[in-house]
Amino acid sequence: MVKKILEKLERLDRRIIFIFIFLAIIFPLLLPMNLDFSVTAPVQSFYDAIENLPSGSKVLVSCDYDPGSMPELFPMNLAVFHHLLSRGHKVIVMQLWATGTLLAERAMVEVLQDFPDKKYGEDWVNLGFKEGREVVMVSMGTNIPKAFPTDSRGTKVEDIPIMQGVINFDDIALLMNVSGGLPGTKEWVLQVQSRYHVKLGSGCTAVVAPEFYPYVQSGQLVGLLGGMKGAAEYEKLLKRPGTAQRGMDAQSASHIIVFLFILIGNIAYFSVKSKKKKLKVSR
Amino acid sequence: MWETIGIWLGAFLTLFIFSFLYKDNPFYKLAEHLFVGISAGYWATLEYHNVFLPNLWKPLTQEGRLLLVVPFAFGIMLFSRFTKKFSWLSRWPMALIIGIYAGITIVGYGSGDLILQIHANLLPLWTDNWFTSLNNILLTVGVITGLIYFFFSKEHKGTLGAGAKVGIWFLMISFGASFGYTVMSRMSLLIGRVYFLLGTWLHLLE
Repeated sequence: MVKKILEKLERLDRRIIFIFIFLAIIFPLLLPMNLDFSVTAPVQSFYDAIENLPSGSKVLVSCDYDPGSMPELFPMNLAVFHHLLSRGHKVIVMQLWATGTLLAERAMVEVLQDFPDKKYGEDWVNLGFKEGREVVMVSMGTNIPKAFPTDSRGTKVEDIPIMQGVINFDDIALLMNVSGGLPGTKEWVLQVQSRYHVKLGSGCTAVVAPEFYPYVQSGQLVGLLGGMKGAAEYEKLLKRPGTAQRGMDAQSASHIIVFLFILIGNIAYFSVKSKKKKLKVSR
Repeated sequence: MWETIGIWLGAFLTLFIFSFLYKDNPFYKLAEHLFVGISAGYWATLEYHNVFLPNLWKPLTQEGRLLLVVPFAFGIMLFSRFTKKFSWLSRWPMALIIGIYAGITIVGYGSGDLILQIHANLLPLWTDNWFTSLNNILLTVGVITGLIYFFFSKEHKGTLGAGAKVGIWFLMISFGASFGYTVMSRMSLLIGRVYFLLGTWLHLLE
């Protein structure tokens, strides 16, 4: 009886696993449990870096992602814009991914509903997308207005109040990268932080987060928001619950299911293997 | 109205894609082909309007920056790969691209990855805080044994072999952490889609 069950488990149809994963995600979204989670040090240090900036500091946010990574990165993009504007900082937005332009605009429009007095050109500006990846980063180190002669609306940079006095990274208090891949945080670290020593923070997808933790340890990144969990922690610090925090219950439930299936799969595999071995010996 | 149509279209296309989890079917194929076709068209248009027009065509024709004829010619030369007779012409712009990128990235990797990461690993093994000391010892042992594992000039036997084995453990733990993060990332994407289906489409979420 047990043997049969174990053999069945070993050959379990993957579609059954899919159903369990789906249920583990759907139920917590419909019936939130609001499980508590702690804030990790890289997220806290990112939050502190923004908190410690004097009001009115110019912060450059590079939104380098696409709709494919929206569930992870859009909530942190919203949270970062909200945090920066609430602290009275000036936000300069740019993109090295063409698909990031609409997403950055959408995030800002959503956030501006809480800040109706903030004006385009004075409190924030979108420099738009620029092709050239690392070349753009390096050229910004010498002259930002030359790399971005106009904003996304076609206005000359010299006519935009927020851009007055912005020549290169020396005039940027903090650089924040919302990174969906390449070019992204790694390139900002290697091409900009290491050359111009600008304070750099990153919000990235969970897949690449382990690659960037050494940069936090070395001080090359002031903080790191890794995936939906990082975004949820940041939302918690801001006391502004969003989609990331809401998704954490589903995240936890789905992880438990994955863990259980790995456990069951291994138990079944090793049990069947040892039984087969015993049969061979007895023959 | 258009927004509603877009949401319904997005919901059905999401379900078409999910249907592949059961098995391959025409609905999945339709959604896949639509995605590939629209992506290609979208990218071509985007590159034309965001790269070609503002960076080359307008400055060349409207502002009279004649020097831009050089990159324009180099760009056209890239397309010579489509003909056997003139494909050699594409090597010039390729050489320029590779040369520039190699120059930029070598400096970046050298200063940002190699030097600063080595510097960050030179840590005191004994500090006032026992937890920091433990972390530093673990990091140092992990780096050294990991490097031993990738040292192939001598057979992994004796002390070297033991170091390499410890290195494998550290590597396995790091692979496990990466896998865990990958699972988290994929689940996040699924949560995003389910959120869209339940919330934006069906209005079942608050």
